[in-house]
Amino acid sequence: MKRMAGEIVELNGGTDRLMLVGIQRRGVQLADRLAQLIGEREGDAPPRGALDITLYRDDLQTVGPRPVVGKTELPRDIDGAQVIIVDDVLYTGRTVRAALDELADFGRPARIALAVLVDRGGRELPIHADIVGKRVDLPKDQRVDVLVHSLDGKDAVILVTP
Amino acid sequence: MTSALGKDLLGLEPLSAEQIRLILDTAEPFKEISERAIKKVPALRGSTIVNLFFEPSTRTRVSFEFAEKRLSADTVNVAASGSSVSKGETLVDTARNLEAMRIDMVVMRHGASGAAQFLAERIESNVINAGDGTHEHPTQGLLDLLTLRDHFKKLEGLRVCICGDVLHSRVARSNIWGLQKMGAEVAVCGPRSLLPYGIEEFGVQVFDRIEAAIEWAQALNVLRLQLERMTAGYIPSLREYNRVFGVTADRVARASKELLILHPGPMNRGVEIDSNVADGPHSVILNQVTNGVAIRMAVLYLLAGGRPELAEAAKG
Amino acid sequence: MTKPLLLRGGRVIDPGRGVDVVGDVLVMDGLIEATGLGIGTPDGAEVLDCSGCIVSPGFVDVHAHLREPGREDVETIASGARAAAAGGFTAVCAMPNTDPVTDNQAAVGFIVRQGLAAAAARVYPIGAISVGQKGVALAEVGEMVGAGAVAVSDDGKPVVSAQLMRNALEYARTFGIPVVDHCEEPTLAAGGAMNEGLVSARLGLKGIPSEAEEIMVIRDILLARRTGGHVHLAHMSTKGSVELIRWGKERGIRVTAEVCPHHLSLTEDAVEGYNTNAKMNPPLRTAEDVAALQEALRDGTIDVVATDHAPHHYDEKEREFADAPNGIVGLETALGVNVTTLVDPGILTWAQLIDRMSVAPARLFHLRGGSLAKGTPGDVTVFDPQRMWRVDPARFVSKGRNTPYAGFELKGRAMCTIVGGRIVHRIAS
Repeated sequence: MKRMAGEIVELNGGTDRLMLVGIQRRGVQLADRLAQLIGEREGDAPPRGALDITLYRDDLQTVGPRPVVGKTELPRDIDGAQVIIVDDVLYTGRTVRAALDELADFGRPARIALAVLVDRGGRELPIHADIVGKRVDLPKDQRVDVLVHSLDGKDAVILVTP
Repeated sequence: MTSALGKDLLGLEPLSAEQIRLILDTAEPFKEISERAIKKVPALRGSTIVNLFFEPSTRTRVSFEFAEKRLSADTVNVAASGSSVSKGETLVDTARNLEAMRIDMVVMRHGASGAAQFLAERIESNVINAGDGTHEHPTQGLLDLLTLRDHFKKLEGLRVCICGDVLHSRVARSNIWGLQKMGAEVAVCGPRSLLPYGIEEFGVQVFDRIEAAIEWAQALNVLRLQLERMTAGYIPSLREYNRVFGVTADRVARASKELLILHPGPMNRGVEIDSNVADGPHSVILNQVTNGVAIRMAVLYLLAGGRPELAEAAKG
Repeated sequence: MTKPLLLRGGRVIDPGRGVDVVGDVLVMDGLIEATGLGIGTPDGAEVLDCSGCIVSPGFVDVHAHLREPGREDVETIASGARAAAAGGFTAVCAMPNTDPVTDNQAAVGFIVRQGLAAAAARVYPIGAISVGQKGVALAEVGEMVGAGAVAVSDDGKPVVSAQLMRNALEYARTFGIPVVDHCEEPTLAAGGAMNEGLVSARLGLKGIPSEAEEIMVIRDILLARRTGGHVHLAHMSTKGSVELIRWGKERGIRVTAEVCPHHLSLTEDAVEGYNTNAKMNPPLRTAEDVAALQEALRDGTIDVVATDHAPHHYDEKEREFADAPNGIVGLETALGVNVTTLVDPGILTWAQLIDRMSVAPARLFHLRGGSLAKGTPGDVTVFDPQRMWRVDPARFVSKGRNTPYAGFELKGRAMCTIVGGRIVHRIAS
């Protein structure tokens, strides 16, 4: 995570107009941690936002009973900001596509980059992560779960095989 | 394929406390969307919704229309004629025609109690009751619950009094069922001629005088008094109604604690409620309107349980 | 001339003569010839094996709506008479709220002729009390009786004017016929769709309070006292009405009353889900009312069971509850409902049931029948008291399908109905 924090700052060329936006739910926790780490490094923690992409999913017409919608909150106007989308796992890329659509409804950032803790391959859309914690290549039937202390009681990355 | 609420929202009486809580909780994120610059999310994109209103209504219809459009659904408004007995299509034929056009959802307001259930039993589309006769108006009941919860943080044990023409009010009925299921204490207050026979059996307290109701309650839901009640002889005059039962500023001021004022609208200023109360610091009437859109968005979102068969077809 | 008919081996119950014996009934030349044991079989007689069945005087329904003239699309006198026969009725009285109203001798004569042509159950016309049933001018009662009317009524509607009711009771005395009143105080009942109570409050439907009926019941009883006329109260539905009738009878007032099978078996709960097939006037009431009506039928405070058979078109009932018309069919379910609800649980004996469905109706309306004595008309009902059957409206003989009993399992079915010595209905065993 420390490395990722450093890379973010490097990518941005500093903390100017930097904004971390976590995707609900664990992306938000990770964004908080990264912001804190950046703050420790640079003395100035960037503002953080939370994005719930449920209503922008491309499968709402076919999935069954409605998923619960979480909170979406952006600290301020995103026009001209350097936004880093933060999520726990990057897989098909559809979640990130939804996040891009949603951000577009809020305004026009100067730049949007993506930071993920785990990139597990298996992309279905042309989406790439700029900052990656760890790369693993997993077959379709396996799943990777990220646990964070504040939600799950501990920090862990687990591989789940059915 | 049904959602957590089933196929239709016909009333609050058939719902469980869990289902009501789900709707209220789901409405929270939808409130935020109405604060954005671009008040639209693609959640119901491609869905067709018909607002079938047999009774004229501006505020409820507009509220539903905003809710539908903010979810990116395609909406059509149909202002239909009165009951089947008069000229025009029967409700059965209307239902069948809508079905033939493959409408996804119907939001209906009708003058006959039971009309929403009648329609829901005959079409596959989701049916949302926007008010059927004097039976129920579930989305109004839900937005009232949300407004109360916003202010008091919880509904259990909350003392709410519904004031006015309970006999003819679908809002009153939905409120009674909704509040009781969420553990609130409910009372009614009004002239006996406007309270249903046997109302005590509903588990509500009855206050004959508005002063006693104000003393007991933490919130008042003030119902609109329709002018027809006077001509039908239930009350002698609107003037007397205001003098005896009106929610006036000095009555509210004499309450020993802060009292929240709700009203489903439209208001008869000077009859059931005085302007200085309606516009005063205790009033959350405008919050109700805001919450109305969020609640309706939540209901539409929850009912539109998807169609997995489309996913199956897409897999090919 | 029909051939002689021997009904063999059934349980013959003739309450008027205190007869309850397993034996035979012989019908010859359209009349009862003999009942009992050891009746020989005449030459050429048709023999019907009635073992396991009860053989009783034919049932008489004093209150049915046969819709002709005017609404032949929902029932005709012919289809109604056949439906009556299918239900075990050998006679049915036709209410005059037809279109045009049966308020003159020509109209009465029409009903009589149509009934004869139907050649099923006997059809007795009831004439209107007021011209056009408008509640203003008295109809020509004498002429109508001369043409065959057995009673007068404005049923469908109440007689609102007490003065008109008084006149009718006094005038009808001359002709010795009952005046049948539909007791409903119009301002209390206006706009009501079901009983006023908890269910109506929950469903958001305007209710009809019990008092709407009771106020007219006591009014009619008092007018019967003043005039000495015979008032027959149609379709009683409340406990309060029962108490008032008891009061009247204790004082020797000539008041008689009828109750319908649905008011003896169903409550307002049947309306749940806005079921228009549970909508009728007077409405279904509470369990307390049902119990009071059952007891009243048992002790004779209420004299007869009548069906108030009221067919409606499917489209008309397929509507929002408040707009749907009032009424349900009843000719073909009456016996089954009564056996299941009253005799099986031991509230009525067989003799009492047959009295309320045959002896008393015939007596009150001065009709021949209600008896198996020698020389009385050969109107006999043979029914299987144990037979279980499921109500399927699609198989009704009546054109009407509007019943709240669809899918119900009932006990008791008419196996053979004989009118004037002729078999007009038969189910093969």
